[in-house]
Amino acid sequence: MYLYDQYDQAMVDARVAEFRDQCQRRIDGKLSEDQFKPLRLMNGLYLQLHAYMLRVAIPYGTLNGRQMRALGDIADTFDRKYGHFTTRQNIQYNWIKLEEAPDILEALAKVEMHAIQTSGNCIRNISSDHFAGAAADEVADPRPYAELLRQWSSFHPEFSYLPRKFKFAVIASETDRAAMRLHDIGINIVRGDAGELGAAFYVGGGMGRTPMIAPLIRDFVPLDQLITYTEACLRVYNRYGRRDNKYKARIKILVHELGAQEYTRQVEEEFAHLLTQGIEPPRAELERIKSYFVDPAFDANAPDVIDRTDPDFAVWVDRNTHPHKQHNYVSAVISLKPVGGIPGDATADQMRLMAELGEAYSFDELRVIHTQNIVLPHVRKADLFTLWQKLVEAGLGTPNLDQIGDIIACPGLDYCSLANARSIPVAQKISERFAASGKGEALGELKLKISGCINACGHHHAGHIGILGVDKKGVENYQLLLGGSEAEDTSLGKITGPGFSEDGIVDAVETAADVYLRERQNGERFLDTYRRIGMEPFKEALYG
Amino acid sequence: MKILTGNDLKSGAVTWWTGVDWSLHVEEAVDVGDQAGSIAAREESARRVNAPYAIDAERDERGVRPAHIKDRIRALGPTVRPDLTLKPADPKAGSWVI
Repeated sequence: MYLYDQYDQAMVDARVAEFRDQCQRRIDGKLSEDQFKPLRLMNGLYLQLHAYMLRVAIPYGTLNGRQMRALGDIADTFDRKYGHFTTRQNIQYNWIKLEEAPDILEALAKVEMHAIQTSGNCIRNISSDHFAGAAADEVADPRPYAELLRQWSSFHPEFSYLPRKFKFAVIASETDRAAMRLHDIGINIVRGDAGELGAAFYVGGGMGRTPMIAPLIRDFVPLDQLITYTEACLRVYNRYGRRDNKYKARIKILVHELGAQEYTRQVEEEFAHLLTQGIEPPRAELERIKSYFVDPAFDANAPDVIDRTDPDFAVWVDRNTHPHKQHNYVSAVISLKPVGGIPGDATADQMRLMAELGEAYSFDELRVIHTQNIVLPHVRKADLFTLWQKLVEAGLGTPNLDQIGDIIACPGLDYCSLANARSIPVAQKISERFAASGKGEALGELKLKISGCINACGHHHAGHIGILGVDKKGVENYQLLLGGSEAEDTSLGKITGPGFSEDGIVDAVETAADVYLRERQNGERFLDTYRRIGMEPFKEALYG
Repeated sequence: MKILTGNDLKSGAVTWWTGVDWSLHVEEAVDVGDQAGSIAAREESARRVNAPYAIDAERDERGVRPAHIKDRIRALGPTVRPDLTLKPADPKAGSWVI
């Protein structure tokens, strides 16, 4: 994985010193809250429902053991012994003290991490496929391109004050595991007709109050023009994005209002101009970055068999492992969704254990998934049973990947000042309901996502079943959506009808699941059945 | 009644105006009537509170209860982590929020 050079480290260290001074000036009264707020947000520090919240960037979700251990230690020293992994592959701490925030940033800088650009109207953390570099189906490792974009976008003077926040996802396979088309810019590394690599650009996707699927605006950009084309996309947005109305300021609105064709025409015009300016980083820089992402020294002689004698282990293998490009390895997913637990939360001890397991069994690599789980990308099949035993012992061995218990949930009204309703208790009740009934297993793949407000941090638009919490005259109410997907068959869920109470929404999810179980054919997933039979049978069952 | 709330500048903790100081406990909040703006301005400029604002509340047999669920959660703590609330030993504390 990428390691900081002297420039990266110097930039991050300088930012820590600068923010320490800014915090002290705020505490001393030399800065008002209005003056300080944009400064703290640029360092990932929010003021949330109960305290300050710090969001730490995890570039494309990749961590080494030392970094994961540091995250655990920060949870112990500066927070309340836990952290929350987010749908942007980051981690958030909920109980931060302003006077200690610079110390946390200093601790992060020591392990090549920071919280820069995790808030504000700038280019946020670049997300990617959590199986990058391990997946059998990728045409290339997307992380070097994500890293190049990270370096390009860090402190970019032209794009530090965009009309609104801006999110990238970079993948390199036909299977989309990163909700690529639901980002401001989604980049898919693809092969051209002659076998050369290039980038397909999807621009103007997003969730939030106006969900949109990004249209393809160019199917092949040569990789030695990647940054130039990206810059052209951003320039057109920066020039014409709606700064007068924050609800219409995302690039998706611009692309929609201009039309993809006209937006593309303007991008191409800007691109042609930028090609004359020589802004593309030297090829040597990309090659330098690539050198950090070479394959680890896989053991070609490791056994290619998994002893499935233990039935619980066999279930976990089936649910929570993913094929690896090396036949005798797999990628193993650690579920942060125990039955009745808080999706995405991990204790300091669990983080340190995951760090240890990553070091011992996965070439010192871990990944955060946008579904709020953790991946050990390169695990020898021969080590799986031992790994599983250690996970189970720590409460991390739940075999529920992509099942109804593997719920994405935003922090909701329990923590977030923007939320209208609580998300976590709903997730807990659904998880417990389906675990108790045993239906989770019968349902197979069913992706359920819950947001506590229209900002959609819980990706409810993209859930096979989505739940949106709203405020109905001061009382929590929950809308049910069906038919969303954030995979390569991206679609947006549709609202079933009137909303439900907290307990009512749990019943409604079970009702929808029962319709699926009754109607499914030939191994269909919930989503397939919904797409075949449409909304009506579900509405009939829900509302009669 | 109108009560005044904000966050402690250094710790970020939720605080409530008691008439003379800021408290972690909403039951100590007092009715500020139409004085919310002047109290908030004075206290914020003295850095005794951060981002103060007034909310509606009512007084019942259990004390002061904010009108909106968001402020009740702010007053108690996350409903999903009773151990992290101000009343970790009170199993009924969560019902006060809902």
